[in-house]
Amino acid sequence: MRKQRGIPEINAGSMADIAFLLLIFFLVTVTMDVDTGITRKLPPPVEDDTKVDFNQRNIFEVLVNSANMLLVEGKEGNLATLKDETKNFFLNPTNDINLPEKKLEQIDQIGEVYVSKGVVSLKNDRGTSYEMYIKVQNELTRAFQEMRDELSVEKFGVKFGDLKDPAKQEAVQAVIPIAISEAEPEDVGINK
Amino acid sequence: MPKISTASLPDVIFILLCFFMVSTTMRETTLIVKVRLPEATEVQKLEKKSLVSFIYVGQPLKNMYGTETRIQLNDQFATVADIQNFVAVERDARDEADRKFITTSIKADRDTRMGIVTDIKQELRKAGAFKINYSSRKATKAK
Repeated sequence: MRKQRGIPEINAGSMADIAFLLLIFFLVTVTMDVDTGITRKLPPPVEDDTKVDFNQRNIFEVLVNSANMLLVEGKEGNLATLKDETKNFFLNPTNDINLPEKKLEQIDQIGEVYVSKGVVSLKNDRGTSYEMYIKVQNELTRAFQEMRDELSVEKFGVKFGDLKDPAKQEAVQAVIPIAISEAEPEDVGINK
Repeated sequence: MPKISTASLPDVIFILLCFFMVSTTMRETTLIVKVRLPEATEVQKLEKKSLVSFIYVGQPLKNMYGTETRIQLNDQFATVADIQNFVAVERDARDEADRKFITTSIKADRDTRMGIVTDIKQELRKAGAFKINYSSRKATKAK
């Protein structure tokens, strides 16, 4: 006696393999690249030509010309020393009268601390290469990052990046703001 | 020893697959300019990819468009004058609450001259897109 029991079952054993293949295909094709870069905040456009009055001693001038050469504080500079020069300028450890003023301020979490009034002024030519510009920005960022790390280690015992408490992060940022100002564009140095 | 049923294995894998498909974002723009990013050591990760709009700057990939550095917005060549419009469109596409977190990422080729980048920055300032990011790769090894 034979009895038909509907449709025979389909072998699903290889289904897993098919799904695995699909999975692997996706894993390979999907780009997992995380976007990284140097973040900056642009200043709002200036309406009138009010010159912000900065004391000359508070300004650290960095110029990059079209031949990718650096002029730091009126002297020829180079990338390798730029970071340390920036740090030395901003912190002014010897209280030099030619380096920026410092003001004693009361900051939450830290207490009384000297806050430097130094500002890095970065100027570049239209002919400067983007790569050089990024290198300079990178060195300047590195200087500020190191100063923050040092302060953070001194006050809280951990590096700035490892600070968990947002209040502490803000405190460090208040003492060492990333004071990089980009001049209104103009042509400097040899043109094209 | 009884056989372990593998009938649900495909389902497990499919769920994995679905998870991957949902969580990853595909690159939606095809590059028409050559962008070799500069390298830097002090890079930060760009968070919230959905809040980032990209401006590509570089030489056209195809020779028929010449060798002069061009700007690419979305899928086509653009000029500096188009940037304000681009920023406005990008802003309208986002949620109102998120608008102030929009970052503009400048992906420029490392041989680009700063002139064009400065022009872009000026336009971004006028358009009110102040948060920018100079896209650069993390240097594999610090000197």
